Formats: sequence, C-alpha cells, structure tokens
Amino acid sequence: MSSENAYYVPHDAKWPIVGSIGLTLFLGGFAGQLNGTSMAANVMIIGFLVLVYMMFGWFGDVINESESGTYKKLEDVSFRMGMIWFIFSEVMFFAAFFGALYYIRVFSVPWLAGEGSGATTNEFIWSGFEAVWPTNGPAAVGGEYEKMGAWGLPAINTFILLTSGATVTWAHWGLVANKRKQLIMGLAATVLLGFIFVGLQALEYSHGYNELNLTMGSGIYGSTFYMLTGFHGFHVTVGAIMLLVMLVRSIKGHFTPENHFAFEAAAWYWHFVDVVWLGLFIFVYWL
Amino acid sequence: MTTVTADTHDDHHDHGPAKGFMRWVTTTNHKDIGTLYLIFSLVMFMVGGAMAMVIRLELFQPGLQFVDPGFFNQMTTVHALVMIFGAVMPAFVGLANWMLPIMVGGPDMALPRMNNWSFWILPFAFAMLLSTFFMDGGAAAGGWTLYPPLVLQGGNGFPYMIFAIHMMGISSVMGAINVIVTILNMRAPGMTLMKMPLFVWTWFITAYLLIAVMPVLAGAVTMLLTDRFYDTSFFSAAGGGDPVLFQHIFWFFGHPEVYILILPAFGVVSSIIPTFARKPLFGYSSMVYATASIAFLSFIVWAHHMFTVGMPIEGELFFMYATMLIAVPTGVKVFNWISTMWKGSMTFETPMLFSIGFVIMFTIGGFSGLMLAIAPADFQYHDTYFVVAHFHYVLVTGAIYSIMAAAYYWLPKWTGNMYNEKMGQWHFWLSTVSVNVLFFPQHFLGLAGMPRRIPDYSVQFAEFNMWSSIGGFAFGLSQVFFCYIVYKTIKGGEKATDQVWEGAEGLEWTLSSPPPYHSFTTAPEIK
Ligand code: HEM
Ligand SMILES: [Cu+2]
Repeated sequence: MSSENAYYVPHDAKWPIVGSIGLTLFLGGFAGQLNGTSMAANVMIIGFLVLVYMMFGWFGDVINESESGTYKKLEDVSFRMGMIWFIFSEVMFFAAFFGALYYIRVFSVPWLAGEGSGATTNEFIWSGFEAVWPTNGPAAVGGEYEKMGAWGLPAINTFILLTSGATVTWAHWGLVANKRKQLIMGLAATVLLGFIFVGLQALEYSHGYNELNLTMGSGIYGSTFYMLTGFHGFHVTVGAIMLLVMLVRSIKGHFTPENHFAFEAAAWYWHFVDVVWLGLFIFVYWL
Repeated sequence: MTTVTADTHDDHHDHGPAKGFMRWVTTTNHKDIGTLYLIFSLVMFMVGGAMAMVIRLELFQPGLQFVDPGFFNQMTTVHALVMIFGAVMPAFVGLANWMLPIMVGGPDMALPRMNNWSFWILPFAFAMLLSTFFMDGGAAAGGWTLYPPLVLQGGNGFPYMIFAIHMMGISSVMGAINVIVTILNMRAPGMTLMKMPLFVWTWFITAYLLIAVMPVLAGAVTMLLTDRFYDTSFFSAAGGGDPVLFQHIFWFFGHPEVYILILPAFGVVSSIIPTFARKPLFGYSSMVYATASIAFLSFIVWAHHMFTVGMPIEGELFFMYATMLIAVPTGVKVFNWISTMWKGSMTFETPMLFSIGFVIMFTIGGFSGLMLAIAPADFQYHDTYFVVAHFHYVLVTGAIYSIMAAAYYWLPKWTGNMYNEKMGQWHFWLSTVSVNVLFFPQHFLGLAGMPRRIPDYSVQFAEFNMWSSIGGFAFGLSQVFFCYIVYKTIKGGEKATDQVWEGAEGLEWTLSSPPPYHSFTTAPEIK
C-alpha cells in the first residue's frame, strides 16, 4: 500500500470538544431547569445551539472530504458498519420501552389485580382493582381519560410513513440510475411526508391532552403511550432532518451512483423509524 | 499461532503529534487517545479509592464516628459508579485503543474523530456526576443500582446524575462501535478472525454487549427521570407500574455489564500467560467459543440479582439454572489458563504475577458467585457483605488485577522504558496480601448476616470489620505506590527492547518501543 490509498486518518479534530461542551451545557441546563434553577433554560438553549454549530461544522468537514474524494472503499465500509451498529443501539433503546410495556401488560397489571402471588396485595392494598388495558392503575392516577383510538390519525400516519418508506426507496433507485430528477422528487416527497407525520402526531397529542384528558400523568397507560410515541416522534424528526440535508445536497449536485453513503445512512435510519412505528401501531394503539 | 513480518518504516510524510495541550484535545491518534483513557482511568481509580477509604474508615469500628449516614450512602453509591464507569471501563477502552489497531495490523481506529469524542465526553460526564456532591441534597445515595422509589427521593443532584449516566452511555456506545468497526474492517491482509489475539476477540464480543445494553440503561434512567419530573408511573404501583420493573430493566443491563468488566480481562490474561509460560495458549478456539457463550448467557441470567424480590417460582428456577450454566464456559477458561502454564518454562515477572493472582482470586469470586446463584441460599446471602466480597473478588482481584497486569506488560512497549521490576513485585505482593485481608473477612461477615450499605453494625462484627479496614488502607496505599511506579516509568528507566519479553508473540512486539506515532501505515504481512 502506498500512502495515496492508505486509510484516511484525519488530524486535529476540533469538533468533538465543541460537542462535549455543547452536550454538557445542554444537559446541565436541562437538569437545572428540571430543578427550577433560574436561568438554567438559557444555558440549555446555548448548549443546544453549540451542538447545532458542532453538527454543521463536523458534518460540513466530512461532506467536504467526501466530495473531494478523500474516502475510498475502506472508509466507506467503516461508515456503513458504524451506522448499522448505531441503529442497532437505537433498537435496544426502544427495546427497553417496549420491554417495559410488555412487562406491565403481561405481569404487573394482572398481579396488581390479584393474579398469582398478587392475591394478598390485591386483597389488602388495592382491593377491587381489576386487570384491564389500558389502565391508569389502581389509584386511577391522573383521573378519567379516554384511550387513543387506533383507526383515526394513527392509521393515517401508518399509511403516511409506509408511503414515505416507498418514496425514499424510489429516490434511491433514481440515484443509482443517475436519474437526478427522480432522486430529488423522491426525497422531497419523503421529507414532506415525514413532516406531515410529525404534524399529525402533534395534533394527536393536543387531542389527547385537551379532549381525552390523556396525559403523561395518566398512570402507566399515559406513561407508556407518550414515552414510546414521543421518542419515536423525536426520531422521525431527526430522520426527516437528515433526509432534508440529503435533499439539499442532492440539489447541490452531491452524490454519485457509486458514492452516496450519507444518503443510504439516512434511508436506513428512515426504515428503522418506520419499523418502530409498526411496532407502536400494533402494541400501543391497536392491541 | 501466527508468525509475523512487519514493515514498520513510516512512509507517511506528514507529521508526528501536534505540540502542547491542544495535541491532547484534538488528537485522533489511537495511541494518544489510549493514553488519555488510561490516565483518566487512573485518576478516577484514585477518586473512587478515596471514597472507599471513607467507607472503610467509618466501618473501622461499630457506631457512627466520622461521617453522617447520608454521606456514607453517597460514598457507597458514587464509589461504585466511579469505579465501574470511570475506572474499569475506561481502562479497558484505553487498552483497546492502544492495542487493537496494532494487534490487527491496522493504521488506527476506524473512526478516529469519533474516537476523540468518545473520550472527551467522559471528563465532562464525571465532572457533572461529582459536582452533585456540592448540591442541595448531595449526591445520589440510593446505591449504584438506582432502585426506585428510593433514588427518586434524592436532592437537586438527581437529574445531573441521570444525565451524567446518559453521557457515559453515549461515550461507551461510540467507543464500542469503533471497536467493532476497527476489528471487522481494519485487519491487515491475512489476519483472519481466528488468527486474532484473544484480547481482540474478547473486546470484539464485549463491544457487542456494550451496544446491546448501554441503551437499555439509558432507557431505564430516562424512565426514572420522567417518573420524578413528568408524572409518569413506570415504577409506581398506584399508577399501574411496578418498582420491580426497574430492577428487571436495570439488571438486563447490569449483568451483561459485569461481563463487560471481565471479558477484556480474560483477553489480557490470555495474552500474558502464554508469554511467561513460553507456550502457546492452550485451546485457543475453545477460548473464543467460551467467550461467545458467556456473552450469550449473560443476557438470560439477570434476575439472579432479584431472587428475593418476589418472583414467581418458575422465574427463580430458570434464572438459577441459567446462572449456573455460565460457570461451564468460565471453567473452560480457567482450565485453559492452567493448562497453558502446565509444563511451561515459567518466569514470574510482575505481569505474570498479576495474571496468576487473577486466575486464582477470580476463581474464588466465581465460586462465591455459584453459591449466590443457588436461589434458596441467596435468601440468606442477598444484600449482605457476602455479595460485597463476591463482586470485589471478581472486580478487584479480577478486572483490576488484569488491568495492572496489562499495565506492567505493555508499559515498556508504550513508553520505551522498563518499569522497575523490584518495585513491581513489591506492588504485587503488597496488593495481594492487603486485598485478601480486605475482602476475605467480608465473606464471614456476610454469612453471619451483616447487611451491605449500612454505616453502623452490631458489635459481633467488629473484629472482622477492623481487619477489613486495615486491609483496605494498606491496599489503598499500595495503589498510590502503583501510581508512583507508573510515573517513574514514564519519566525514564532502563530502555526496553522491541521484543520486551522473551516469550512474547504478536504484532505489537514487531514495532519499536515506543512504537512510531502511526503504527502500520503499511500493512504488515501475516503468515
Ligand atoms: C461464575 C460466575 C458468576 C456467578 C454465578 C455470579 C453470581 C452472582 C449472583 C447470584 C449475584 C447476586 C447476589 C445477590 O445480590 O444476592 C451476583 C452479584 C454480583 N456479581 Fe456476580 N457472579 C458471577 C461472576 C461475576 C463477575 C465475573 C462479575 C464482574 C466482573 C460479577 C459481579 C457482580 C456484581 C457487581 C454483583 C453485585 C451487584 C450489586 O448488587 O450491587 N459477578 N453475582
Ligand atoms: Cu449478575
């Protein structure tokens, strides 16, 4: 191997330390805000802005390197593997919440209602509590509420997200066939659908809070509902922003049929949030 | 094993390291980052050690003499968090950074910028964690396991502690991704998977464990956060949740975590013992398979930490048998190490001493683990000092001994200087005597019923506690001595050869001591 095709090891990385400072300000500010410390929210916002600045800088450097042909096959493979295992870690993050939902529905709630070894607990502490789903618990935490139905907005959102999965694939076909127009149209459609999804999700939340009295404080149903759909919604937002960046880059003429790792990474991520949504639709809304 | 020829000539025209402090802040070099990790780990080892000294001081005699109980609880809690996430894990990541690219014959870690970030999150995370001592209500005091509802009653430090854990998790996941990608993608031609040194293998599997469970911990602590600040009911029965749910999620992370702390140690010891026994490792492939099966089994044994919480009997039985199964691959490893030494031409330099100490004392910890794994017996042992003795044998004389062994083994390679052998031997013997005085009596204390995490105890426990504290102070001092030895070796000393150890094999010994700033810009040839 001559040094021309040696593995590219960048030097003088200044963005990571910016990221660490941003992350610390953001989370430290967030924690202060939770404690009710004055001015903490400002620290949090500054931290967030620093993080955004870091991402522009860091990704900007990487994009420039990519466009100037610094990366070859081996670097490309590293990025791909890195992205795959990052997505796997995200899968495990969601697994914690799905696991919690499973445990609550299959074990905790029936036990509270007296099943198995829960008989005395039920008799003496929560007598009269019955296992139904959804529930806000034997103390009816958060007061009366209504369940979020599956076949209204959530079903429409399912359709939107599945369609967006198809449009992003169509865009990919365009990219590899060097049909730039198809690439750009497909991406634009995907981004649009993604943001529509987020908008509808926001609408659904406002419906839940204002009309159904369904809040994060509505016992375990409210907790699992908002945490699962909330983290998913956050990931959709991130994914849509990633795709938006890809759209802008495509319009600028970036990517070639051979070299477009960033596009594929965003697309993988998009399929990942898609699959998580299917799990949500089935286990949170439907069953 | 592999024979190796390497072209260490550096035909990279550009630079060595940048100058000054910014070199360390912006570095992307795996050796620099490895050094940062190792130094950070040593500092945290001293910080966590200071807390341990406070604990042993208070427990020196029955009654409350030095600190108030609330502060004592903060000490036990933060001691554990600092040692696990600040000392042992970063030490292994530091070793990985230094050694993996060299051992697989690659130029550097696969994702060098991210590598820098993995490290540079840590000082901030631990600054955040330690700052909670100065907040209203003090640091977390409900134990490192963070069980609700107790942990939710903490003071203003609570959300900072949660976010510090999130940051450590981000750092670990990025580090693990880097390890996996480096191993899969950066190997020199000819370095097939089954030719990789065992340290590479064990780290490879550890990295999978990390990626699989750190996000689960992140989820668990996120639920704690929302339970306290956003009215959710995950761990509150009144709202239909369950505090035991937290324990399940936590230990789904927690048990693989203890293997994250020990698998790289297995790799270290498997590298060192063959060198000083001057024989190839016995049963290389069985070592690989044993590591993989331990990793797999570690996902299905978590509730052995919860035998007394009120699980259905089927659960108790399943987790009991599954836990005992882990002893099988673990036994395979121990026997392989012994067989490697069998009829070898052994010498006993410091790394070897620590490795042999590891094999013997880790096995003691494994046996007490087996006792704890017996569900009906655990009703007696749970939450007593017996558990404390168990995990300190596997963690201190296990994980930390392997880190010491690794430090002595590779310091001459890293610095180009030989450490002082006599001092190393002293360090080993001082540590080994004191650590047993420190932890062995805790078995008896536990069996006699002394509960863990309590600042006071009844008088019948006084004698063993006094011995334990004396051992503790001696062990603490011995580690200060270790810092001195390391410092002296970095500063100077007899020059090390490239080979360093007569019986050593592997790519790292083909490089100069210290190695060039860029290890293998030209891939070595592996036969
Ligand atoms: C032969 C293998 C092992 C077995 C059968 C085993 C079994 C157990 C059991 C049953 C417990 C729970 C005791 C209780 O709380 O009542 C326990 C606790 C513990 N084990 Fe092990 N163990 C083994 C190896 C290890 C290793 C290799 C490590 C780490 C390097 C480790 C670290 C721990 C820790 C940290 C705890 C205590 C956690 C806490 O409650 O704070 N164990 N072990
Ligand atoms: Cu365990």
